[in-house]
Amino acid sequence: MNNILAFPMILPIIAGVLLLFFRLKPNVQRWGSVLTMVVVFLISLSILEKVMDEGILRLDFGEWAPPFGITFVADAFAMLLVTTSSLVTILCLLYAAFAKDEKREKFFLYPFLLLLIAGVNGAFLTGDLFNLFVCFEVMLLASYVLMTLGGEKKQLTEGIKYILINILSSWFFLLGIAYLYGTLGTLNMAHLSQRIAEAGQPPLLTTISILFLIVFSLKAGLVLYFWLPGSYGALPTAVSALFAALLTKVGVYALFRSFTLLFYHEPSITHTIIGVMAMMTMIGGSIGAIAYKDVRKIAAYNVIIAIGFILVGLASNNIESMQGSIYYLVHDILVKGLLFLMVGTVIYLTGKTRFDQVSGLMTNYPLFGWIFLITLLSLGGIPPFSGFAGKLLIGKGALVAGEYVMVAVAFLSSLFVLYSLLRIFLHMFWGETSILKKNQIYLSKGMLASCFILAVLTIGLGLGMSVVSPYVTDAANVLTNPHLYIEGALNND
Amino acid sequence: MRENDLILQTVSKVAVFIILTFGVYLFLSGHHNPGGGFIGGLTLSSAFVLLYLAFDVESVNAGIPLNYKMVAAIGVLIAIFTGMGSLLFGRAFLSQSSAYFNLPVFGKTGFATVTLFESGIALGVVGVVITIMISISEDV
Amino acid sequence: METVITLLVGLLVSVATYLLLSKNVIRVVLGSAILSHAIHLLLITMGGLKKGGVPILGDKVETYVDALPQALILTAIVISFAVTSFFLALMYRTYQSIGTDNLHEMRGTNDE
Repeated sequence: MNNILAFPMILPIIAGVLLLFFRLKPNVQRWGSVLTMVVVFLISLSILEKVMDEGILRLDFGEWAPPFGITFVADAFAMLLVTTSSLVTILCLLYAAFAKDEKREKFFLYPFLLLLIAGVNGAFLTGDLFNLFVCFEVMLLASYVLMTLGGEKKQLTEGIKYILINILSSWFFLLGIAYLYGTLGTLNMAHLSQRIAEAGQPPLLTTISILFLIVFSLKAGLVLYFWLPGSYGALPTAVSALFAALLTKVGVYALFRSFTLLFYHEPSITHTIIGVMAMMTMIGGSIGAIAYKDVRKIAAYNVIIAIGFILVGLASNNIESMQGSIYYLVHDILVKGLLFLMVGTVIYLTGKTRFDQVSGLMTNYPLFGWIFLITLLSLGGIPPFSGFAGKLLIGKGALVAGEYVMVAVAFLSSLFVLYSLLRIFLHMFWGETSILKKNQIYLSKGMLASCFILAVLTIGLGLGMSVVSPYVTDAANVLTNPHLYIEGALNND
Repeated sequence: MRENDLILQTVSKVAVFIILTFGVYLFLSGHHNPGGGFIGGLTLSSAFVLLYLAFDVESVNAGIPLNYKMVAAIGVLIAIFTGMGSLLFGRAFLSQSSAYFNLPVFGKTGFATVTLFESGIALGVVGVVITIMISISEDV
Repeated sequence: METVITLLVGLLVSVATYLLLSKNVIRVVLGSAILSHAIHLLLITMGGLKKGGVPILGDKVETYVDALPQALILTAIVISFAVTSFFLALMYRTYQSIGTDNLHEMRGTNDE
């Protein structure tokens, strides 16, 4: 019984609901939500430490012993993601607090952001498949509201597509749950894993696993990413950064959980399909990233490439590639948040969305320009920054697994990432300035600060690999040895 | 565009109280029989919706000056805090307990902490359902 | 009994698919609502129908129906209720601001 496990989910809910009462006090909303996330971050750090000391932790809601009740299970993988996403949320909220979008703040921007985080953290922590569905829906309902909040025409039409595709994927999710419950009679993930192992994953279960693959691919943007660029382009900056950092990663987390804990007996079928899908995602994303001149579209396609890259690690299915994927997930949550904050700020400063319409921002905003350079180097996987370790380990793991084509595609896609962002950098930041000093919009220190802190974090994560590596090793260890998770999630002492 | 819906108005003046009573009954019976906070809450809110149908939004709002968004928020807070109440006793989140007391008029009566939780759920349901109904019907 | 309900689920899904593929926004909302009802029926069928008494502990009943699918669909119904009402409100708002209820006319943005 570890009640502390419930806090990363219920604290944001409580704070979000309390903030409903302070609708017309924007400062209470802004700093209340930042404070809440700081507390959640500290709590999740302490849980992560506790997991390292005591192994996998479990909380049975209402003291219903597993597999009958709802459980929260915290292993190092889940806690790493909870901690990182709380950290990114703090910075995005900080950015939103300084951006002062009062039209949206009046209509409960912060309560919905907090509910979104509650859903995300719940999805990472839950040990029950149906509860995962519920947490997904909490997250999605908040994201529907955030998507359409403000009511601009583009937001509304993109919102319809986004909601419809998610209704469909939720439908597939429930279908998978129904079939799985019909065949195995349980929904607790550890218990499911046991029963699937006993049955040896016959073709019926493999088919059901493909259903789950479709569902989580839709959420993660693996191959089925057609909804993503348009809808992320229609959002205000802080919200789009949070979406890019977190929403697709929850899908990736679910893919990792279900294909390492539940359906790992037929890798020649499932993991091969995932590998092919990852390659298709990287190729499609690369084409998209160089095809557009709209900076928001380019950033959105970069999200897609990263999803493909992370799943190369899952497809290779060995401990090194898993470690690489976990590194890369943590890195990607930080740096995609940063990228979208930067891109949104560029649009806020210049009013233009195409990179060939602006030049010479470096003269106007030098520090901002250098942060952008750091972002693009980090995304490209250049050594001192955080992307490098993940890329190296994923590549190594895939080579060990003998997936040479996949490695080639993965590293080519990294070049495309670098090229697409360098194009933005060279056009927008280098050259003659197009904005006169007296006309330039003041870039508030707070907005710059949240970008700066994220940039420092990505450098820090790159240099301080040795600090993070014990957590990552432990997380990868649990992913590759499902019986550890089962012992942690089912023991009754 | 008020129509002359005298029959609906007269019937609903009586029916609303019957529905409200039935809602409370369903809410309380939920402990040992089918019913509970969600179902009770839905029934209670159907009474309010009937009022909004029979009379117009302004006059109902003048009669029952409640901000339903806040009703829902209070409901959610009650539900979460009763869940957290078990933390004070060193039990797991959302744990419940029940006991029997001898009351002067009712005799032996059972009380359970889950009733508090369910009342939060009921308030949440009432608030959310009525908010949805009002905001969808607002400017049609 | 299970077979009949499963066939009904299939029927509902085909109706919902037809509605979802139409151009009119209100039909799309109805389609999504019917789609979720179909899956609720499937969930309750997966637990088995008419297997015993009410799942509340008593003296008279020997066997009980599985209570879990009922809890699952109650949750799923609540969620689909929330999503459908939000979707309906969004569609209405879009209709107001764009002035059409035809999905084909809502496509794309001006610079595309």
